[in-house]
Parts: sequence; structure tokens; C-alpha cells
Amino acid sequence: MSTEVTDATFEETVLKSDKPVLVDFWAPWCGPCRMVSPIVDQIAEENTEKLNVVKVNTDENLETASKYGITSIPALYVFKDGEVAKTIIGARPKPALEDELSDFI
Amino acid sequence: MTDTQLVIIGSGPAGYTAAVYAARANLSPVVIAGSVTAGGELMNTTDVENYPGFPAGVQGPELMESMREQAEKFGAEVIYDDVATLKLEPGAHQIETALGARYTAQAVILATGSAYRELNLPNEKKLSGHGVSWCATCDGFFFRNQHIAVVGGGDSALEEATFLTRFASKVTLIHRRQELRASQAMQDRAAADEKLEYLLDSEVTEIHGEDSLSGLTVRNTVSGETSELPVTGLFVAIGSDPRTSLFGDQLSLRSDGYLNVEGRTSKTAIEGVFAAGDVIDSVYRQAITAAGSGCSAALDAEHYLADLDAVTKQAEAVAAAEASQAPAPIAS
Ligand SMILES: Cc1cc2nc3c(=O)[nH]c(=O)nc-3n(C[C@H](O)[C@H](O)[C@H](O)COP(=O)(O)OP(=O)(O)OC[C@H]3O[C@@H](n4cnc5c(N)ncnc54)[C@H](O)[C@@H]3O)c2cc1C
Repeated sequence: MSTEVTDATFEETVLKSDKPVLVDFWAPWCGPCRMVSPIVDQIAEENTEKLNVVKVNTDENLETASKYGITSIPALYVFKDGEVAKTIIGARPKPALEDELSDFI
Repeated sequence: MTDTQLVIIGSGPAGYTAAVYAARANLSPVVIAGSVTAGGELMNTTDVENYPGFPAGVQGPELMESMREQAEKFGAEVIYDDVATLKLEPGAHQIETALGARYTAQAVILATGSAYRELNLPNEKKLSGHGVSWCATCDGFFFRNQHIAVVGGGDSALEEATFLTRFASKVTLIHRRQELRASQAMQDRAAADEKLEYLLDSEVTEIHGEDSLSGLTVRNTVSGETSELPVTGLFVAIGSDPRTSLFGDQLSLRSDGYLNVEGRTSKTAIEGVFAAGDVIDSVYRQAITAAGSGCSAALDAEHYLADLDAVTKQAEAVAAAEASQAPAPIAS
């Protein structure tokens, strides 16, 4: 399982990370989020050296969600050196996600 | 390569119901569920109030989880992967998934449902997920106290619009014609909604915004006049099209694009290939009708496999009898 990050820990865990961080924005009521979540976990496990993977519950962490203009979930954002380096909106099959993340994994 | 009796493609109400029936008939069905769309359309909704057996209503995802559980309980195998190619060849249909798994199947049930329509306007893709959406229950939450537009005039458009007024400051429903197609019950519910406004005889011609949606240009279809609508959310609900791309070139489609089946059965034009649910149904398109049609498909497949089995056994018996009685071949 990947770590849950909150408004309080986002800066430390994501923005200040040495490694790129893949953030999975999700909410408990979002059906497609449940579908991508295990795929994101697999990608996390297979790429532990290159990429940190964390999850942000948008219901509980509105500040972070609105700061990054999340209007649709699941949303996968890659942060590199504190900046957004990649955004993927909507659920995708594993091969498609790996393809989109190819610069980071 | 895995050889199977029956592969079911799709895991909405049609696919899972077919799986329940086929599993109970000992056909050991393999359900290729889809990787991120498993469970089908109802995974994107909240309350389902018209599925019999749930007087208090049931959450869409919960209903689909229960169907999956029921199918697995009787021995269906559910694979979370997408079919990438399908070659329909009577006797041994060939199926290959996106992750590279390969199956042959004596019978196949196609239950791939339908996919929502797009407006096909510039910026629609770019701003998808940045203000443009197809799922009110998924994304409505993010548009608190904002002005939202909904495009469409059917039940699903009004459903989305009335759902969105829970969050939005105002919802404008944009519809091409003067009359809505939605049912009277739905229109009555919408009429009671004070946050809902209508822009009829109107169509969206432009979507504006750089990083996120900032507004729409709307054209009056009667006068031709255009106006600007400064919304930050746009929900598109203009219907859906059957998902036939996997097999559209191998099976006959109707003029409206739906997959053709024989009469009230689930039989397609190719032997051993059956179809169920929204992919064959342009009229009812409900969870319960999809489930019912999944049941028909499983029963049709069961009969087909039983006949195939009988024919094979008979042929084997004949061959065995011939072999035991046959005189030594006569050289000519
Ligand atoms: C927002 C919303 C609310 C709704 N509310 C209701 C309601 O309250 N009551 C009601 O009765 N109906 C409702 N409906 C309609 C209902 O959801 C559909 O009629 C029903 O889901 C159709 O079932 P299906 O099994 O035919 O297709 P779907 O549910 O669409 O399932 C299609 C399946 O095919 C799979 N698939 C497609 N392509 C592939 C592939 N290449 N490989 C593997 N799998 C594939 C998908 O993963 C999916 O599992 C609603 C629909 C929507 C969109």
C-alpha cells in the first residue's frame, strides 16, 4: 500500500521529495478510483527505486485538491522538484498508465 | 493459451448475470471484466432506486460488487483486463487481452455496453478533467458554489442537472430543441428545482479556457444568435453509443450502430457468439433489462454448448464404431 498524504504533510512528503512523487487523488465515493487504486499500487511496488507513490483523499484534503485545480478524479499527478511534471485524468488500464508514466518509471 | 468453454466480455449487469447463470450450469465461464471499467456504468452512479429487490435503493458500485461475488461464488473466474483483439472463429474463438493473456472459447458472450458521446468540439479533450466532465456523481463535488452547464435533454441529462444543483450555485441545462426527451417524472422533479435554468433551442459551439474551463459560446438554433455563458463546469450528457469496435467488422451491426441479434434471442450471425445488454439495446438501456438479457445469453450459450457436446460425442461414437468394424483398407 502507498502512503496517505494530507494537507498538513503534502509539502514535506511531496514537494520536498528528492524523488519524483506520483500522487493519486481519490475519494471514497468514486467508483473509477477504486479501479485504478490497485493498479497504482502495482506500479508503486514495481518502481520503488524511481518513484514514490502517495494518495490524497480529496474529501478530507480540500486545500491541496483545490490548489492543484482537481475537478475530476481519479487524477494522477507526478511532482518533480516541487512542480507538477505530468497529469493524467481518469482511470486507465495498466499498460496505458505505464506508457504515460514512461519518463518516470 | 487457455482453452475454455465460455468467455464473457464485460462485467456490467449483463456480463455478471450471464456469469451467474453460466457458472451455475457448470460452464466455468471466464469473465474478462475490463481493467478500469469493471462493473460497468453503474460504478459511476450513486443511488439505484429501480433495481428490484432493494426497497431502500442500493449504491451502484455496491450492486455490482454483489453481482461479482454471486458469479464468483458459483465458480466464474473474473479477470481484470481488457480484450484487445477478438477473432470470431466457430469452434475456437480467439481472445487476446491488453496484458497479453490468450484464450480460446467455444462460446463467447459480448456484453461490452456503451460509451458516452462527446460534443466533438475543439478544447473538449484538453479541458476534460479541467472543467469538462461526463460524470456528475464523480465530479460534481468539485464545483461547489459555481455555475455549471449541462448539455442534453434526456433522462440522464436531467438526472445530472438535478444532482448538480446540490453543489452548484446555478445549473443551466442546454438543449438543442424546445422539447426535452426526458420522462415526465424526471421533468416534474426538475421543474421543482429552483437552481435549474433552461437554455432551449440552443447548442454549444465553442468551449473556452486555457488551463481550466472559463466559459462557453452558445448558439440559438432558431435565431442563429450567439451568446457567452461564463460557466466553470460543463457536463456532457448527450447519450452514448454501443461499444462495438472489437467486433464491428466481423458481425453485422444495425443501421443505428447496435449489434444485431436474431429476434428475441441473443444469437449473433456467427455460431457460438451471443450478445447481451446495452450493446444490443437501443431502447430500454436499464440495469434490469441488461441483466435479463445477460440471462438469455447464458441460456442460449448453454444450449449451444450442450448441442455441440452431443454432436461431438455422436461423431466420436460413430468414429469409434467405424474403427472397430472397418475392414482392413483395400488397396486399389
Ligand atoms: C450515471 C448513470 C446512472 C444510471 N442509473 C441507472 C439506474 O438508476 N437504474 C438503471 O436501471 N439503469 C441505470 N443506468 C443504466 C445502466 O447503468 C445500464 O443500462 C447498464 O449498466 C447496462 O449494462 P451492460 O452490462 O449492458 O453494460 P455496462 O454496464 O456499460 O458494462 C459494460 C462492460 O463491458 C466492459 N468492456 C467493454 N469493452 C471491453 C473490453 N474491450 N474488454 C473487456 N471488457 C470490456 C466494461 O468493462 C464493462 O464492464 C445508469 C447509467 C449511467 C451512466
